[in-house]
Amino acid sequence: MKEPLFHIIKRTDVVWWKAWLIRAIAILAAFLVAAILTVIMTGLNPFSVFGAMFSGAFGTERRILKLFQGTAILLCIGLAVTPAFRMRFWNIGAEGQVLAGGMAAATVLIFAGDRMPSAFVIILCLAAAVTAGAIWAVIPALFKAKWNTNETLFTLMMNYIAIQIIKYFVLLWSVPKGSGQIGIINGTSQSGWLPKLFGQDYIFNIVIVAILTVLVFVYLRYTKHGYEISVVGESEKTARYIGINVKKVIIRTMILSGAIAGLAGFLLVNGTDHTISADTAGGNGFTAIMVSWLAKFNPLVMFLSSFLIVFLQKGAGQITTDFGLNKSFSDILTGIIIFFIIGCEFFINYRIVFRSSRKEAEKS
Amino acid sequence: MNKTPAIELRNITKTFGKVFANRDVSLEVFYGEILSLLGENGSGKTTLMNMIAGIYYPDEGQILVNGEEAVIRSPKDAFRYKIGMIHQHFKLVDVFTATENVILGLKEKGRYDIKKAREKVKAISEQYGFEIDPDKKIYEMSVSEKQTVEIIKVLYRGADILMLDEPTAVLTPQETEKLFKVLRKMKEAGKAIVIITHKLHEVLAISDRVSVLRKGAYIGTLETAATNESELTEMMVGKKISLNIDRTDPKDPEERLIVAHLSCMNREGLKVLKDVSFTAYSGEILGIAGIAGSGQRELLETIAGLQPITDGGIQYITPGTGIIENLRDKTPMEIRALGVRLSFVPEDRLGMGLVGNMDITENMMLRSYRRGRSVFLEKKAPKSLADQIIEQLEVVTPSRETAVRKLSGGNVQKVLVGREIAAAPTVLMAAYPVRGLDINSSYLIYNLLNEQKANGVAVIFVGEDLDVLVELCDRILVIGHGEVTGIVDGRTAKKEEIGLLMTKGGSKV
Amino acid sequence: MNPFVMFLQRAVIMGVPLIYGATGETITEKSGHLNLGIPGIMYVGSISGVIGAFLYESAVGRENVNPALGILIPLVACLVGSLLMGLIYSFFTVSLRANQNVTGLALTTFGVGIGNFFGGSLIKLTNSELPSVNLTTTSNLFKTPLPFAKDLGWFGEIFLSYGFLAYLGIFLAIFAAIIMKRTRVGLHLRAVGENPATADAAGINVGRYKYFATCLGSMIAGLGGLYYIMDYANGVWSNDGFGDRGWLAIALVIFTVWKTDLGIIGAILFGGLMIVNNYIPGLGLADQELIRILPYLVTIIVLIIVSAREKRETQPPQSLGLSYFREDR
Repeated sequence: MKEPLFHIIKRTDVVWWKAWLIRAIAILAAFLVAAILTVIMTGLNPFSVFGAMFSGAFGTERRILKLFQGTAILLCIGLAVTPAFRMRFWNIGAEGQVLAGGMAAATVLIFAGDRMPSAFVIILCLAAAVTAGAIWAVIPALFKAKWNTNETLFTLMMNYIAIQIIKYFVLLWSVPKGSGQIGIINGTSQSGWLPKLFGQDYIFNIVIVAILTVLVFVYLRYTKHGYEISVVGESEKTARYIGINVKKVIIRTMILSGAIAGLAGFLLVNGTDHTISADTAGGNGFTAIMVSWLAKFNPLVMFLSSFLIVFLQKGAGQITTDFGLNKSFSDILTGIIIFFIIGCEFFINYRIVFRSSRKEAEKS
Repeated sequence: MNKTPAIELRNITKTFGKVFANRDVSLEVFYGEILSLLGENGSGKTTLMNMIAGIYYPDEGQILVNGEEAVIRSPKDAFRYKIGMIHQHFKLVDVFTATENVILGLKEKGRYDIKKAREKVKAISEQYGFEIDPDKKIYEMSVSEKQTVEIIKVLYRGADILMLDEPTAVLTPQETEKLFKVLRKMKEAGKAIVIITHKLHEVLAISDRVSVLRKGAYIGTLETAATNESELTEMMVGKKISLNIDRTDPKDPEERLIVAHLSCMNREGLKVLKDVSFTAYSGEILGIAGIAGSGQRELLETIAGLQPITDGGIQYITPGTGIIENLRDKTPMEIRALGVRLSFVPEDRLGMGLVGNMDITENMMLRSYRRGRSVFLEKKAPKSLADQIIEQLEVVTPSRETAVRKLSGGNVQKVLVGREIAAAPTVLMAAYPVRGLDINSSYLIYNLLNEQKANGVAVIFVGEDLDVLVELCDRILVIGHGEVTGIVDGRTAKKEEIGLLMTKGGSKV
Repeated sequence: MNPFVMFLQRAVIMGVPLIYGATGETITEKSGHLNLGIPGIMYVGSISGVIGAFLYESAVGRENVNPALGILIPLVACLVGSLLMGLIYSFFTVSLRANQNVTGLALTTFGVGIGNFFGGSLIKLTNSELPSVNLTTTSNLFKTPLPFAKDLGWFGEIFLSYGFLAYLGIFLAIFAAIIMKRTRVGLHLRAVGENPATADAAGINVGRYKYFATCLGSMIAGLGGLYYIMDYANGVWSNDGFGDRGWLAIALVIFTVWKTDLGIIGAILFGGLMIVNNYIPGLGLADQELIRILPYLVTIIVLIIVSAREKRETQPPQSLGLSYFREDR
C-alpha cells in the first residue's frame, strides 16, 4: 500500500489579499495562454496582439463608450441574478428574463410609440419590462416554494420559451413583412428612446446601472431583506427557526431578480438596440452568471468581473478584425480566461499537500 | 485464556492536532465474545474503533489481527481482514433496495446477479434472525431496519469481527432487545463483537467483558459478570461523582405553559407525539428525559411553532396579567407578535440555532433584526450584545467578526444560549444543551439555566444524562415513544425509576 | 410517399441528435454532474467530424475517398474532440470541484466559439460563395441506409432508411439503460450520483466514476453532433446551424426522467414537434416558432409533476450539481 502522491486539504481561512493575489495570478496566466494561442494563430508578436486588444477596447471615444455600455448591460444582468444566488437559488434563467423584459418594452414601443409623449412611453416601457421580467422569474420561484421543483432546470427551460416567443413575434410583426426582423422601432420619431446624455448615446444606461449597482449592494448588505436572503441561503432550517417565511423570501427575491433582468431588457431595447430579436440578450444572461460567481456575489466587485469580460470580448473582437481571424476567436479567448478564473478558486479553497510534507502538516 | 485474540491493540496513540484522541491504548477482543467499549462522550471510543476499521491510521502502536500485525489503511483493507464496522451514521443510498445497498461496492467474481445476492441476504437474515425485506427501499425503512441493512452489509462481506458504534442510540427498547438477540446469535456463531456504548445497563445486559476508556486513555477491562454499575461508573468518570449542581426551591411558581393532549405526526405520517399533557411553571426547571428520538425534539418544535400539530393545544399564561394566549397553529412570528417571549436552544446548533458562516454579531441579529420600522439593519445593539456575551460567558474567539463555525463546540453553545437568554424569555427551552461540551462549559450552562429559573423563567430542559437531570431539575417529565410515561419529582426520583419509565409507552398506537 | 410515413421518418432524423445528447447527458447526470456544456460539446463533436472529413477529403480528393476511412476518420475525430471537452469539464468539476453551472456554461461558450472559429476558417479555405463547407461525399457514406430499405415500402422507410449512426444511437440508449439497471457498474454509478459519501465508503472510486461518466457522456453527445452534420445536414456545415439542439437534449433528460431508453421515444416526439408545421397545412413560419415552445413546456410540466409527486425514483440524482469532497463529511 503506497500513500497517495498528494493529499487535498480544505482551507478554512484564506487572507483576503492572498485570495485576490491568486486570482490576479490566474488572470495573468490566462492572458499569457491567450496570447500564446493568438501568436500561434496569427504569427504576430504578442505585444502587437495586446496593442490591438487595447485599441479595440479603448481606441476611440466611441469604443470606450461601447466598452462601458457593454459592461453596464452585463453588470445589470449580473446584478439581477445575484440576489437569487445569494439565496442559493440557481437562477440560470436571466437570458429569458431579460428577453421577456425586452419583448414587453418593444411591444409598448411598437404600439404606444407614436401615440403619446416620449417620456410617457419610456415610463410605460419600463413598467412593462420590469413586470414581464418579474413574472418570468417568479414562475419557477412559485413552484420551488410549493413543491421544491428544481430551479436550475426550470429557469433554464424558461429561457428557451422566451426565445421562441420572441421568434414568433418577430416573424409576426416583421418590418418589412417577411423580412424576419423587426428593424429599428420608431426610427424617425425616436419616441420612447432613452435620451442622450451629454450628447452621447448609452450614458443613460451607464448611469442607471451605476446607481443600481450601489442600490443592490446596499440592499444585500445593509437591509433586513438582504439579511433574510443570506440566512435563507445559508440554512433554511435556521431561517424557519427564527420565523422567516422562507417561501415568501424566495418569491420576493425572485421577483426582484426578474425585475432587474427586465430592466436590463428595457435598457437594451429602449437605450441600445431600439429593436428586439432572439439575440437581444446575446448570451449575456449566461455570461452574467459567471460575472456574479467570479465576484463572489459582491455587486461592487462585479463591476470588475463584467468589465474584464467585456474588455476581452471587445479586445478579441479587434484582434479578429485586425488580423483577419474569425470573430468567434473572442469566444474562445473568453472561455479560456474564465476557465482559469474558475480553476483558481480551487487553490483559494483547498491546499495540496504533497507526500513528503504531509507528516509535518498533520502535526501542526 | 490461551486463545489468540481476534484483534489485539498494542499501545495505540492517535492525535488530532494537539489533542490526544487515544493515548497508549491496548486491548484484546476474542472470537465468540461480546466486548463492550465503555466511555463518556469524547473518551475516544469511536476513534479507536475507526482505526481498526481503516478510517483513521494510528500515529503509534500496532494492530494485530489473529495474532499477526495488520496494516489497515482503508475500509477495504479492513474487509480483507474480515473486519466490519457499523457506524452511527448510516451510509446507505436512499433510493436503492436493501440488497442493492448490501452489494454496493463489492467486486464479486462472476456476473452481476442481484437475485443471487437477494437469496444470500435472505439466508443471512434467517441465520441470525433479522426481519428484513431485501427488496424494500431504504427511504421506506425505519431507523432500526436501516441499521439491520448495515449489519447485513458487514456480514455479507464475510466479517468475523464486528464493531458497532452506539447501535442502540436510535432504537426503541423493543428494537434494542431484538438487536441484542441477534448479537448473541452472532456470538454463538463465533464472531468477535465490539459494541461501543455509554449506557451501563446495556453493558451489563449484553457483554462478556467490558473495556473502559477515559479521556482517550485505557483504564481497564473487567469480566462483566464480576462487576456492577457503580464500579463501571467509577472507571468511566474517574471518581464517584456527585455533580453538585445547585438547586434552589422554585419561587412563587405560576402556571406558564399548559400543553394538553398534544399529538403530532412526522413527515412519513407516523405519530411521534401522542396525547402529551403537562404544565410548565415559572421559576422551575422541568426536565424531559427519554431515549433519544422519543419525540423530545418534536415536542419542543411544536411548542416553538415549527411543527404542525394534529391534535391538542398549547396555552401560554402571560405573567402578571394572566391572559391566556393560544399558541396552537401559530408560526414563530405570530407567537412573538402575541408578546410571548419564548426562547429555544435547539439540538442542532449550527444547522438551526445559528448560521455557521456568519459572525457572532450577525448571529445575534437572528433574533433581533426585525426590530424597528426601518428597512435597514441596525447593527449597533447586536454588536454590543455580542461583546457582552463574549465577555460574560467567556467565549473564546479571535474576534466578534469570526464566523461561528470556526469556534469550538462549547463556545458555539455559549453564543447560542447567550443569545436566547438575552431575549429575556419567560419560557426557555433547551434541547441537549451540554451535549459534546466539556465539564466547565457544561457547568456554565447549568448555572445559566439556574439563573433563569431564579428570574422566574419557566425552563424546559431536555437532557440525556440522568445524573444531571436528577440533580438539576425540579420535576422530570419522562417520555417514551412519544407518550408521557410519568412525571417525577427531581428531588426524590431515582435514576432507575426514570430509566424504567423511559422504556415504557408505545403500547397503544 | 405517404406524408405520415415521411413525417415519421423526418421526426426520427430530427430526433437522433437528441437521443445521443440526452443519453450522454443522462449518463453524466447519473454521476451527479449537471453538464450544461453539452450544447458546446455536441457542437465541438460536430466540427471535429467536419474537420476530419475535410482534411481527408482534401488530402485524397473527393473521388478517391475510401468508404471505411471516410467514415472512420470523422468518427474518430468527433470522439477525440468531444472527449477533450469532457476532460475539460471533469477536470474542473471533479478535480478542482468548481461550480458545475458556471463551468458548463463557460464550456458551452467555449465550444460554440471553437465550432464557429474552425467552421468559419474552413469556409474561408474553400473560397466558396456560400458561407458553408460542403462534405457531400462523406455525408453520403454516413447516410447509407440498410439493405432492402427501398424494397419494403413504408416499413422500410420508417425502420430501415437511416444511416448507421441512427441505429447506433438507439442501440446506445437502450444499452445505457440496461447497464444502468442491470449491472454492477450501473449500480455503482447511480450510487455515486445519489450519495457519493456512501459510495466512497463502500470502496467505490468516486472520482474515477465521475470522470468516466462525464467523458463517456461527452463522447456520446458528440456523436449526436456528428450525426446532425453528416446525416441530417447532408454534410453541409454552416455556423450556428446546430441551433438549440443541445439545450433540447438537456430538456429531454428531464422529460424522460433520467431514463435513456425512454429518451428514444422522447427524442422522436421532440423531433416531430420541430417539423410538424411542414405537415399541417395553413401553418406559417411564425406558428412553427410557437410549436417549438412545446418541448420546453412539456419538459417543465414533467419537472413540476415529478417534484409534486415526490416519488423518489423519478427525482433527479440526489447530489446532482454538488461537488464531492471526502473530508466534508
